[in-house]
Amino acid sequence: MTMKTKLAGGLFALAMAAGMAQAEPVRIGIAAEPYPPFASLDASGEWNGWEVEIIKAVCTAAELDCEINPVAWEGIIPSLTGKQIDAIMASMSITEERQKTIDFSDKYYNTPTVIVADTSADIAPTPESLAGKILGVQASTIHQAYAQEYFTDAAEIRVYQTQDEINQDLASGRIDATQADSIAMEDFVKSDAGACCEIKGAVADDPAILGQGVGAGVRKGDHELREKLNAGIQAIRDDGTYAEITAKYFSGDIYGG
Amino acid sequence: MQEVIELLSLSPPGWGGNLLRGLMHSLQIALGAFGFGLVIGLAGACGKLYGGPITRDLLAVYTTVVRAVPELVLILILYYVGSDLINKASEAMGYGRVQISGVAAGIWVLGIVQGAYATEILRGAIKAIPVGQIEAARAFGMPPLMMLRRVMIPAMMSFAIPGLANLWLIATKDTALLAVVGFNELTQETRQAASSTRAYFTFFLAAGALYLIVTLLSARFFARLEAWARKGQPSLRTVKV
Amino acid sequence: MTALRALLRPHRIVMIALFAVLVVWCAVTLRWDWIPRYAPLALEGLWRTVWLLVITVVLGFLLAIPLGLAQAIGPWYLSIPARSFCTVIRGTPLLLQIWLIYYGLGSLFPEYPWIRESELWPYLRQAWPYAIFALTMSYAGYEGEVMRGAFASVPRGQLEAAEAFGMSRFTKFRRIWLPQAIQTALPTLGGETILQLKATPLVATIAIVEMYAVASRVRQDTFIVYEPLLLLALFYLAIAGVLALIFRKLEERVPVRR
Repeated sequence: MTMKTKLAGGLFALAMAAGMAQAEPVRIGIAAEPYPPFASLDASGEWNGWEVEIIKAVCTAAELDCEINPVAWEGIIPSLTGKQIDAIMASMSITEERQKTIDFSDKYYNTPTVIVADTSADIAPTPESLAGKILGVQASTIHQAYAQEYFTDAAEIRVYQTQDEINQDLASGRIDATQADSIAMEDFVKSDAGACCEIKGAVADDPAILGQGVGAGVRKGDHELREKLNAGIQAIRDDGTYAEITAKYFSGDIYGG
Repeated sequence: MQEVIELLSLSPPGWGGNLLRGLMHSLQIALGAFGFGLVIGLAGACGKLYGGPITRDLLAVYTTVVRAVPELVLILILYYVGSDLINKASEAMGYGRVQISGVAAGIWVLGIVQGAYATEILRGAIKAIPVGQIEAARAFGMPPLMMLRRVMIPAMMSFAIPGLANLWLIATKDTALLAVVGFNELTQETRQAASSTRAYFTFFLAAGALYLIVTLLSARFFARLEAWARKGQPSLRTVKV
Repeated sequence: MTALRALLRPHRIVMIALFAVLVVWCAVTLRWDWIPRYAPLALEGLWRTVWLLVITVVLGFLLAIPLGLAQAIGPWYLSIPARSFCTVIRGTPLLLQIWLIYYGLGSLFPEYPWIRESELWPYLRQAWPYAIFALTMSYAGYEGEVMRGAFASVPRGQLEAAEAFGMSRFTKFRRIWLPQAIQTALPTLGGETILQLKATPLVATIAIVEMYAVASRVRQDTFIVYEPLLLLALFYLAIAGVLALIFRKLEERVPVRR
């Protein structure tokens, strides 16, 4: 397509939108930043990773025509409620707070939450140990909610837009520690950029804040899509696709108990 | 150096292709928003000059608000409100959900912002047209649209171009703000490339160079355009570009 | 009085009444229950926004004077760098500049461990020095271009008269040239400062908690989208209004004789 026609297409999309056809794909929103090993972008502009493969498998199993839409993580729930996307599959934990605004499918993985810091630093995942330190957390995550509940009196909490930015500032030494998902962090500390750091242990669990695993978010009342996604998740769990994809990325099971 | 060239090469594993794709998106949005803004601006300028008191007051509110509130905030408001409204409207008409492409959303959001500035620029330019020319057109019995096309737009071109050139540069740079809503224009593609490869300096500098090239080429183009529009007029190039 | 009378024209009374209805409707139907909980944070954010604005405008303006002067009369080895600086700053998005400075520099720290042992490290760890640096450079770049024009527009005769009085070069600059250039630049200064205000929310992307970041925080915590943004827009409008008033007063105080 030439640029001109594309441009005209863009302009007319607004005017003609109302007349467009119905059979549209289900738009699955993922966070528009690399979050290895769950989702990352390669140089050809393709998204891949464990979660992206799971999305594709779930959609195939549920016979949905899916399209992956990267959206800014921080605005991912407004994008869902504003109907720019139809479902969120971006490692979003099922929490009570979020359930006030959106519905969730069944969980498709569940991992502990850990504290990561410089290998030489004497830091443990407790408020006492984090006293006076700078703790980086990603905006609108369970980690932000948890840190604000338990660490806010002890540590200085710095809120970033993406986990990737936190990892970078952790490596540069601007922050002392980060609280994040254990699998993403395992991947990070194994990478060159994360050579500085190690996992210092899991934080004390608080299911009310940390949730009951990661599920697909859908708009409130969109039971049809939720049931289809549930069926899809169940189907790939049953037929071994889930285990197959998981084995490509991880040594153990990440579905959790 | 070898490494840098590899990272920036156009085909994978280099990320140069991604940057160029981002640049194309940025330019599309900037062009669309600039055009959309010009349409709003022309209507707004005419409304401000010849409209009734209510039109004029409403336009004053529009230009004041848009020019005082950060683009980032406007983008967020318009981005969420815009798609919400369009969806509600289409659902009310029984069409169901509507898919708005990122480019269209970007054009709509930045176009509204550009429109406010364009209104002020074009209003100033129309006011600078000698009154006699417009009166003469009226005396010939020209209908308003023809007058706009045949007399006002050609006569105001030379006054409007410096301001519009500046506005175009703002449009190209403001597309970067769409990165904050996750739209894959140049800045977002750059950030993704940088964080995937950890080569922050390389990619941010490369993107800066791309923006700079666009700016410099545009400046040259608008200088030509101005010289052409000013043919036969004494040179009075204004200081503020 | 005239301002009041202008407000009381019939169509405006109707519009103001409609607007009041809209405000009341917003107050009643939208959710505002989050305000008390976030008010202290919001005030802190407001304070940080104003503080960032004032510091960077003052520093940026001080930097703009030599930049403008170098471009207007400097020898080539000063004017070319100054002009390139202004072109680069004005030709690239501020967001990109902020990220280049913050994340670009940050990516160098692990390679050079001595940086972490230096005296500056406590400051380099914070985000605000980068924010101030980027915003100052941006303001200096835009205003430097304005000052170039302003310096060039001071009439030759004025400077020649100053020389005839036997003023030294510095006195001439301080008493004649600079005041007149600033006077010429003043109307654009107001506009540039409002543009600078509009640029401040960009530093929220490097984890600085200013006004915009507080609104984002409310959205993230409570999933209320529009209300914080609308209130935020209102705050920016108010600050821009105050700025416009200040600069109008400033312009009035400077006598203009032309």
